[in-house]
Parts: sequence; C-alpha cells; structure tokens
Amino acid sequence: MRLNGETVAKGVLTVVAFSALASLLLIAVFIFKEGFPFMLKVGVGDFLFASTWNPQVGQYGIYPMIVSSLYVTFGAMLIGAPLGIAGAIFMNEFLPRPLMRVIKPTIELLAGIPSVVFGFLGVMVLAPFIRTHLGGPGLSVLAASVILGVMVLPTVISISSDAIGAVPNSYREGALALGATRWQSVHMVTLKAARSGIIASVILAMGRALGETMAVIMVAGNTVRIPHAVTDPVRTLTANIALEMSNATGMAREALFATGVVLFVVIMILNAIALSAMKGRGGKR
Amino acid sequence: MRSITVKACSISLATTLILSAGCGPRRENITLVGSTAFQPFAEKLAEQYMAAHPEVSITIQGGGSALGIQSALSGAAQVGMADLVALPKEAAALKSLVVARDGIVVVLNPANAVQALTLEQVRGIFGGTVKNWKEVGGADHAIAVISREAGSGTRSSFEQIIGGIALTADALIQDSNGTIRETVANDAHAIGYLSHGLVNEKIKPVTVDGYACVEQDIKSGQYKLVRPVFLVYKHDVSPACSAFLEYLLSAEAQELLHTNGLIKAK
Repeated sequence: MRLNGETVAKGVLTVVAFSALASLLLIAVFIFKEGFPFMLKVGVGDFLFASTWNPQVGQYGIYPMIVSSLYVTFGAMLIGAPLGIAGAIFMNEFLPRPLMRVIKPTIELLAGIPSVVFGFLGVMVLAPFIRTHLGGPGLSVLAASVILGVMVLPTVISISSDAIGAVPNSYREGALALGATRWQSVHMVTLKAARSGIIASVILAMGRALGETMAVIMVAGNTVRIPHAVTDPVRTLTANIALEMSNATGMAREALFATGVVLFVVIMILNAIALSAMKGRGGKR
Repeated sequence: MRSITVKACSISLATTLILSAGCGPRRENITLVGSTAFQPFAEKLAEQYMAAHPEVSITIQGGGSALGIQSALSGAAQVGMADLVALPKEAAALKSLVVARDGIVVVLNPANAVQALTLEQVRGIFGGTVKNWKEVGGADHAIAVISREAGSGTRSSFEQIIGGIALTADALIQDSNGTIRETVANDAHAIGYLSHGLVNEKIKPVTVDGYACVEQDIKSGQYKLVRPVFLVYKHDVSPACSAFLEYLLSAEAQELLHTNGLIKAK
C-alpha cells in the first residue's frame, strides 16, 4: 500500500515538474511563432537597428528600446547590487542574531509590495524631485533605475544573505585566529566563499529588473529615443509591449511579439554571460 | 499523501460548487469594451440602467478603441466603444451609432501662464518645431510634450484634427487619459491632451484659436477638437442589448452624459 502511494506521488510530481518545463517551452514556441516571421518580413537588421518606431506608418525600429532596457537594467544593478550585498554582509556579520531574525523577514516583505505601488511612489515623489533638482521631465532613466534598484533589493539581500550565512563558521574563526580584523575576514574570506551565491542573487535581480513592466511604464516616460543623459525619458522593451498591446492590430501586433522575441533573447544572453562568469570564478574555490 | 490529495480534491470540488451556485438564476450579460475615454461614462450609465433593470448585468471594460472594434467583430463583446474621427474599414461589417460627441482639450499645468494657443501653435508643439514656452508667450523653459501611445483613439483623433503631424520624438508617452492628467498636474512645463469629460481642477484647459471646449463653440463648429463616440455591434444583438443601446440614446441618458461633460449625440 505504502509502495503504491510512493509510486503515485512520484508520478504526480514528475508530471508537475514537466508541466512547468512544458509551459516554458510553449511560451517560447508561441512567442517565436508569432514574432519571428515578422522579423524576417521587416528584416532582422532593420528591426533591431533602426531607431524610428512608428507602427502606424510601418516603421518598426526597436534599437532605442534595446539600448534603454540595458541602460535601465544596469542602472538598477548599479544601485541595487552594492546596497543589497552591503546589506546582506551587515545583517550576517555585524548584526546580533536576534535583530537579524526580525530584519530579514521585514526585508523579504518588501518583495511582496506590488510593483504599481513602487511606480506610484516614483511618479509622486521621485520624478518631481529629479525634475526640480536635476532638470529634464523627471520621468527618466534615473527614476526607473532607482525604483528598480529598490525593487530588486529583497532578491539581492535574501539570496546573498543565505549564501553568506552558509559559509562555515570555522572559516571566519580561522581568519580571526590568523590575526585578521573583522572586515578583513569578511572581504577576504567570507565574501570569497559566498561568491557564487552572491553572483546568483545579482543575476536573478537583473532578470527581475529587465522584466519589470508596470513600475517602469509609470516612471520612465516611454519616449522612444536613445537617452543621452540619465534625466532623459526612455521606453524599455517590456514597456513597449504593455503600452501598445491593447491597441495593436495586424502588423503592429506582430511587431510587439517580435519585441517579445528580442526581450527573450536579451534575457538569455544576459543569463549566459552571468552563468559563465559564475563558473569561471567558482572554479577557483 | 493520500489524505492530502483527497482534501485538495474535495476543496476544489467545493469551490466549484460554491462558484456555480453563486450565479443563481441566469442574468442576461452585456459586455461593452473599448475606449478608455468613454469608459467612465459608460460605467455611470450602466449603473443607472442596472438599478432599474436588475435582470441584466452590464460589464464595461477599457482596452482602447481598436480593441473595442476587434471585440465586437470577434464576438468577445456585444458592443465595442470607439472614439475616432471616423471608423476604420474593418468596422464596415458592424452596425454603429454615435452615442455622444467628445471634445479633446489641450491641457497645461495651472502654474503655466499661457492661456490660449492657436491651432498652428498646437501643431508646432506636438510636431516638435516649437520647443520652448517663450515661443508661445510663456516662460523661458523647454516644453514637456505628453501624448498617448500609438493606436490610441484619442491620439489618432487628435493628430487627424490638428492636421497630419508626426508626433515629436521627444514626447513622453502615457497610456491613459488618467495618467496624462496626473503627469500634466505634476509637471509645471507639461502640455497634454485628453477627453473633455476628464478635466479637473488639477489641470488647466487652454483655448484653441480663441475658442474653449464648451458646448456652444463645439456645436457651432468653431472649436475644432471634437470626435464622435461610436458604439459598434453586430446586426443580431440580443433584445436586452438593443434595449440598453436604446436607453443610451434616451433623453435621460443623454442628459447624464451632458452633465458629465460630453456633448449630446444630437
């Protein structure tokens, strides 16, 4: 009887595991099927590297959006990664345990705040601040980067913190016994040992930043143009799809699916780079 | 393991039963999809109509004029709402009626000193040839142009009426009348356009060629930025649906639209 239960459980779990994989595959196939023929029709080069987007008159250049997506994502990482990693180090190495047990779940709660709330804060507080102090329309690369940087904090902090927490205490003790200061033991021993986990946290955060849509639409300004300053407004790939999906028909709709294909590929490339970076360094450990 | 499976099954079964029981006696369902500019008015009218006719339930959804026409064609909704200067070719297969007319207002931040613009100036600002407020009698500051997304009914009507411009590449894009309003209210140097019924005290309408978006100037044809609100539907809509459409053209409904800032259909 028990054996039977095991078999059933195994079967059910296998099906569930494969359904996740299958849905991923289905999504990929669907997006490519809808978007790829369009790219061939327009010309892959024209689609990727022309800078005029005006689907009503048949101009489908998404180059500014690719650039903008990358700018905003890296901007978010510039803000979110150092803050998040520093926060994780502080929590694990310098904060008394009981306090950490309160603070960590609190930070993880941040992940549960809907992105539209972040966007709203950005529109109401951050954008006017940028407009009065730095100029430009306020809705900008900078606003989007800051908002996304804060949004990815829980991802960076909780995964980095788990990685740092998993470093055996004997490592720290060894470093301290050799006469290292607290900080030396942290950055020369603990961080080195936890490196792959920390890189993983940044990769996941990057995926989140690149894919975020709602908050970005609200604070980025959505102008299709290559930004020349951090106060310039931009439109990201995700924002383009979400903004125009409801009104798009025919070729314009296919163009949005093709935008999805590009987004898919960009994410794959980023992940591949990050993974290989992780492998290259992790090997030395 | 087994008991968990049984529990999960019984819970989902119970949920299904509750959900299906909740529907009770069938109510006739009418769905209107389309223009975000007309959506709030349609919601008000639907509320009134449902209060008097509990046997129908009316759902109003936004999504844009193009989606409205598409949904009516595909049958996803009985009625599509589209606020366009003229209906596109694909809508020829549908019946249509004009439920109201809607003025498009050019709006500024209340802090802006500019009170009036000419159609020529509006064209220049949105086309990108006029870039500074001092060129149109305002302060020396760059103009922040705010527009709707490509494909929006309000945007295509606006661009058609002011005369075939290509929107400046510097324009900020917002995806609804509401967010246009918020952005203009937040930025002292912004200019945007939106449906007349959605103007509030946080933003300031300007006159175009000396005429404000008020009923008499619209009716006399002197205020140019006006577009009709179409309802499109298939030839064989249900009796309940055509009764609702009739109600929309009744004196009572037209009066309600009028007090909320739209122009009557006739």
